Amino acid sequence: MEMDNFTFGITMLVAGMGGTLITLCVMSLMMTALGKIFPYKEEEGKED
Amino acid sequence: MVEAIITGLGGLTVGFQHLFIEWKSLIMLFVGGGLLYLGIKKDCEPLLLVPIGFGCILVNVPLSDVMLKDGFLRVIYDAGVDTELFPLLIFIGIGAMTDFGPVLAQPMTFLLGAAGQFGIFLTLLLALYLGFPKLDAVSIGIIGACDGPTAIYVTSKYAPHLLGAVAVAAYSYMALVPVIQPPIMRALTTEKDRKIVMKFTAKPVSKTTKLLFPLVITILGGLIAPKGLPLLGTIMLGNLMKECGVVARLTSASENEIANVVTLFLGLSIGATMAGPAFLRTETLIVLGLGFLAICLDTVCGVIFAQVMKIMSGGKINPLIGAAGISAFPMAARVVAKEGNKWNKKSYLLMHAMGANAGGQVGSVIAAAVMLSVLAGMGVIR
Repeated sequence: MEMDNFTFGITMLVAGMGGTLITLCVMSLMMTALGKIFPYKEEEGKED
Repeated sequence: MVEAIITGLGGLTVGFQHLFIEWKSLIMLFVGGGLLYLGIKKDCEPLLLVPIGFGCILVNVPLSDVMLKDGFLRVIYDAGVDTELFPLLIFIGIGAMTDFGPVLAQPMTFLLGAAGQFGIFLTLLLALYLGFPKLDAVSIGIIGACDGPTAIYVTSKYAPHLLGAVAVAAYSYMALVPVIQPPIMRALTTEKDRKIVMKFTAKPVSKTTKLLFPLVITILGGLIAPKGLPLLGTIMLGNLMKECGVVARLTSASENEIANVVTLFLGLSIGATMAGPAFLRTETLIVLGLGFLAICLDTVCGVIFAQVMKIMSGGKINPLIGAAGISAFPMAARVVAKEGNKWNKKSYLLMHAMGANAGGQVGSVIAAAVMLSVLAGMGVIR
């Protein structure tokens, strides 16, 4: 059975926006973790 | 013989006769001229609007065969837009040009990039309410990504008949960000909010983190939203080439030669979809109106989200930076920095806004990827 427009719209809003927010949240945490695992070292500045 | 000469010369007037029969094409010649005017005189996204405007003129000259089978614009359109190749090639260039350093230095600004995508989904709802079919509504909503290639990628795939309107809306409104955003920013913030000084204490980011960033984002994003992997993969490929520093020639080609050639072809192809009878419809005006609304809603939601972050941080965040969580890079960040500095000469929001703006760049791609994957999950697309 085809989904009506209202159900489709709300599903897209909740799943789409929620999915985007969660994905970026996870990515933000991954970036924080990467920054902690591989911190900036002073030598890198000298190489540049 | 005289009759033959007159008949032959008559062939030269057929175009003029058709000009008045096909009045919609005549109007579109003026629309094409208007786009050229915006690009050339007003410096409004000229790299795109000049070829779009010229493509529009080419396709609307009466009896033009440029978009018929084997016409030169049809060949370009089929090769690059129909196959979704052009937006993806442009994404490699965008990745090569974008410095994700500010967002890596403050990963929390990634979230502002998410808030800036609300406009996509709210506009989608509104388009459905106005009676647009589902995939048309998706393509209209994607204007809110504030990202030309993403809008073209999605629209060319799922609502190609709206491509001209969506692309023109996406690029025109992106160029109008400095006009559209400031009034909304002022309406949603108090003078005290706008004067908040944010200290920039971000640490420098290591080379390893910068190298791992595109790989992690591609794999993670691909796992969550596989339908958007081409979009995400190409922008991250460009960024990896830039950050690794060992393929300078490829990076340079991606951000210069390839991006330039593809931009030209893409612009011409989009202009070529603006044939009068197909473009001059009420539907087009509604798409342009909804696109404008989408970008306004992005700004509204971004600033409101930043207001929430301000409260949670104990007043340390200037809510103006929420407006930078869209994909118009780096224009939105500059608008925020300028607005902040206007209210408080000691306020320098540029680096914070650049973080939010880079987050918006990734956020728009992620939003499109998630949307396509949700659509696939619901069985609306394959």
